[in-house]
Amino acid sequence: MTAGLEHYLVVSAILFCLGLLGVILRRNLLIIYMSLELMLNAANLAFVALSRFNNNLDGQIMVFFIITVAAAEVAVGLALIVALYRKRQTAHVEDLTLMKL
Amino acid sequence: MQDVLFYCFAALTILCGFMVVANPWSRNPVTSAMFLVLTIVSLAGLFTLLHAFFLAAVQVLVYAGAVMVLFLFVIMLLDLKEEARRKIRGFGMISGGIAVAAVFGIIFKTLVFDTPRLSAGLSAPNLEGVTKPLGETLFTRYLLPFEILSVLLLVAMVGVILLSKRDLR
Repeated sequence: MTAGLEHYLVVSAILFCLGLLGVILRRNLLIIYMSLELMLNAANLAFVALSRFNNNLDGQIMVFFIITVAAAEVAVGLALIVALYRKRQTAHVEDLTLMKL
Repeated sequence: MQDVLFYCFAALTILCGFMVVANPWSRNPVTSAMFLVLTIVSLAGLFTLLHAFFLAAVQVLVYAGAVMVLFLFVIMLLDLKEEARRKIRGFGMISGGIAVAAVFGIIFKTLVFDTPRLSAGLSAPNLEGVTKPLGETLFTRYLLPFEILSVLLLVAMVGVILLSKRDLR
């Protein structure tokens, strides 16, 4: 069976759901962050597949933007996690139930 | 040949993605980070199969290179030995699993029932995601978003410097 559009979209959906599972299941901030990256990558795969099968380059430009925004987001988010860890000595969401530092 | 490669890369992507989230042997964040690198590299393989050569290279350079190095730095900066001792609670596992299965069911149903209709009118793919057309589109039609993105990166840089000062106020 040749790999068509729906094959790529199904892989993307599975990857997205794995990321969602990680966000819900895992209690470590860093691993939650990695799962977020997984979800962004699933969206990227869907964009590239649709761009390829529609013969339209706009989807690939969008992926380019997503990768850039994800890099900026990771930088800021990890800086926040490090700042939080310095104050509270934990990176576990169950220990971080107060909005006050 | 391409289909065999597709199935190999897809299986590798999903397997490694699963190992990032729920590795049954190790709860170590470093292991998760390494499997995330593998996931990203096999996704770059899928991009190559979709003829998005430039994006495959960017994916490996930016994600597997820069972002994962950042992750590993932070993992080693924080002392996360405690993570291995905590166990996942059963209730959260069951309810989370049901919620995610429901979301997947909705997406899968849409894909199976609507994509054949969607892809029926498509012509044969002949798009090549090489650097030249991508760069031309980026610097003509998408010039303004591109410039805004550069400002965003600057803001992120300033924000990170501000956040990593010793006394946060």
